Amino acid sequence: MLALIILILGTSFVLYTLLGGADFGAGIIEIFAGKREEKTITRAIAPVWEANHVWLILAVVILFTGFPLVYSSLSLVLHIPLMLVLIGIIFRGSAFTFRHYDVSYGRSHRYYTFLFKASSFITPMFLGITLGAMILGRITFNQSVGFYEMFVSPWLNVFCFIMGVFSTSLFAYIAAVFLIPEAHEDKEKNKYTRLARNTMASTITSGILVFIAAQWEGHNLVSDFLKSPISIISLAVVALLVPVILHFIHTKKAVYLRASIGLQVTAIVTGWFAIQYPVVINVKDGHHLTFFNTHAPDATLKQLLIALMVGLVLVIPAFIFLFRVFKVKE
Amino acid sequence: MEDLVAARLQMALSLGFHIIFSCIGMTMPVLMAFSEWRWLRTGKQVYLDVTKAWSKGVAIFFAVGAVSGTVLSFELGLLWPEFMKHAGAIIGMPFSWEGTAFFVEAIALGVFLYGWNRLNKWVHWISGVVVGISGVLSGIFVVAANAWMNSPSGFDWVDGKAVNIDPVKAMFNDAWLSQSIHMTLAAFVATSFAVAGVHAFLLLKNRTNTFHHEAVRSALIFGAVAAILQPISGDFSAKFVAKNQPGKLAAMEALYKTSKPAGLVIGGIPNDKEQKVDYAIHIPKLLSYLAHGDFTAEVTGLDKIPKDEQPPVLVPHIAFQLMVACGTVLALAGMLYIIFSYKWQYILFKRWWLTFIAFTTPLGFIAVEAGWTVTEVGRQPWIIFGVMRTKDAVSSMPGLQYSFFLITGVYILLTFILIRLMRRQIKTVPELYESAKS
Repeated sequence: MLALIILILGTSFVLYTLLGGADFGAGIIEIFAGKREEKTITRAIAPVWEANHVWLILAVVILFTGFPLVYSSLSLVLHIPLMLVLIGIIFRGSAFTFRHYDVSYGRSHRYYTFLFKASSFITPMFLGITLGAMILGRITFNQSVGFYEMFVSPWLNVFCFIMGVFSTSLFAYIAAVFLIPEAHEDKEKNKYTRLARNTMASTITSGILVFIAAQWEGHNLVSDFLKSPISIISLAVVALLVPVILHFIHTKKAVYLRASIGLQVTAIVTGWFAIQYPVVINVKDGHHLTFFNTHAPDATLKQLLIALMVGLVLVIPAFIFLFRVFKVKE
Repeated sequence: MEDLVAARLQMALSLGFHIIFSCIGMTMPVLMAFSEWRWLRTGKQVYLDVTKAWSKGVAIFFAVGAVSGTVLSFELGLLWPEFMKHAGAIIGMPFSWEGTAFFVEAIALGVFLYGWNRLNKWVHWISGVVVGISGVLSGIFVVAANAWMNSPSGFDWVDGKAVNIDPVKAMFNDAWLSQSIHMTLAAFVATSFAVAGVHAFLLLKNRTNTFHHEAVRSALIFGAVAAILQPISGDFSAKFVAKNQPGKLAAMEALYKTSKPAGLVIGGIPNDKEQKVDYAIHIPKLLSYLAHGDFTAEVTGLDKIPKDEQPPVLVPHIAFQLMVACGTVLALAGMLYIIFSYKWQYILFKRWWLTFIAFTTPLGFIAVEAGWTVTEVGRQPWIIFGVMRTKDAVSSMPGLQYSFFLITGVYILLTFILIRLMRRQIKTVPELYESAKS
């Protein structure tokens, strides 16, 4: 039962990274784009971003119902970066919608666009920082260490910053790849192709930097990684997919592109999950919070699982229908 | 600013902001589906135009509702980690169902808003119905979680820990039904009257406009029925509160001393020092009847509640009076609407009637905000009634006021943009829709 819930949590996290990530990434891509791209991006994400966003809400709900201690601990010590994630979420969603529905193309349009781009950048940055803090293991629940040590230093460091950069590049990369088949003209397609290659390069670079930064901050991520066969396989999959995706970027085949990047993102998230499984939050004093020492009683897990099962039975066909209507019928 | 105060203000602001959008999200899909159904049945262009014009507003409000709801799902932990540590496993169930319902709602709304030209008409209409049903359900689930805070059940509290957790019992706690009905009706009253009010205001400029007339009519059908039912549900809720949370009822009614029989206090300003209500109207015996269905029943006053468990009186009392006042006006408006539309239809075109409906625009939402103030402030000092105090649940992070200031700034900005945006939307209606021109 617990395993199944963890699996669903992982799946919703993967889907949020892939789909929600693509929506945030589109905002980052827009920084490097013009009016024409703005139209394509709006058309591509308007019908789906709210549904995509719900994968995050699902993950949060699973966390606070199934693993209340993880949820309450994270929200206590990572209050500041999480608050900034929220500010990003608020502005991205509202600015995007305001821009889409506002009838005027005047000054307000420019403000909305600015807010949309800025918040599309801030959210993945601080999401990455938050994840970095969960990995790094500077988190402490000992109030006596003082404000800075408890609420700031766990996330304000080189490693977490690089994690933020990595998430931001990853989201931009996913978006660029997804946008290639959305564009109607060749010139625009070529622009996304170029951006996809560049963001892929920056994702790989920052991915390598994540490991270096971890060593620099004194967290031996490389040895943890080498201990986990699943992580090694995942990394191999990620690496093998690089030339494959580059090929599909070149041929611009929508279905293959979407499938291969989906697989790659799954492998990245699986690799991370496996490195620290079953630990969710590495804690300074060594009393790590794991799935096993934080989960809710069985009665709750059972009800959660029922709700999730019924939910998935309803949501998955609806989701497929949504994507068929807006992404296949082009 | 004290951290507890900052956290409470931030929570109040976030809930008070989000609730407007949730009410709209619960009601508007039903109104749109109704209007689209009329179009499908009659083929009259005006119904389609109304549906389309509404759907644009809904898209904007729904987006803000989705993000402000996300904020709340995080704030439960960011502000009240001690509460969520214990309550998560108990009330996670309604939240997981809410997540499911909201998921379906978001998907169906995407289909509804953007699928006009891609789908069969009836499939499109069904997507609207699905949005409506899942919207109402997700509202009910969230309210069930709040009801649990007023009427905690489904666990035993042993040495500061919840044991023997039964999430099903927790979800279907004693308060869930009365609160859910009251909130769902409130959402329909507030949104329908606000929509009708805006269209009535526009009708005042041109009283023969069919577009606005049909919009007012579609909205008021729902608004009137809900507004008439609401006092009945309110009575049901009050009787429950009288039994379950006598301290809250005493605060709402500013009943300082236990009385048998107890009179109803209308209006006035509670005076904690002298334990009486200044400038109020007193109706003898009525509170006994309203609370217990018996003119001679004893009603518990604040004197029977231990000093450190008493809620504040001023805020719940005034908020309660405000809610009842707005609700009464709206129930009256609902009754008049039904009478007029059966007997004297010409009145519905009269200037005074349209002015009156335009005046009701904010009343439902004022009542919603006031009602939530009553239930939340009236529960104090508890976060889980009788189990955990609010001050023991708050985050131990110092400087919570900065979070509060930040969120306040963001929400003020959003409100300002939304008002401007909606005004612009309304201005373009005659350009976009043929039926709105004359």
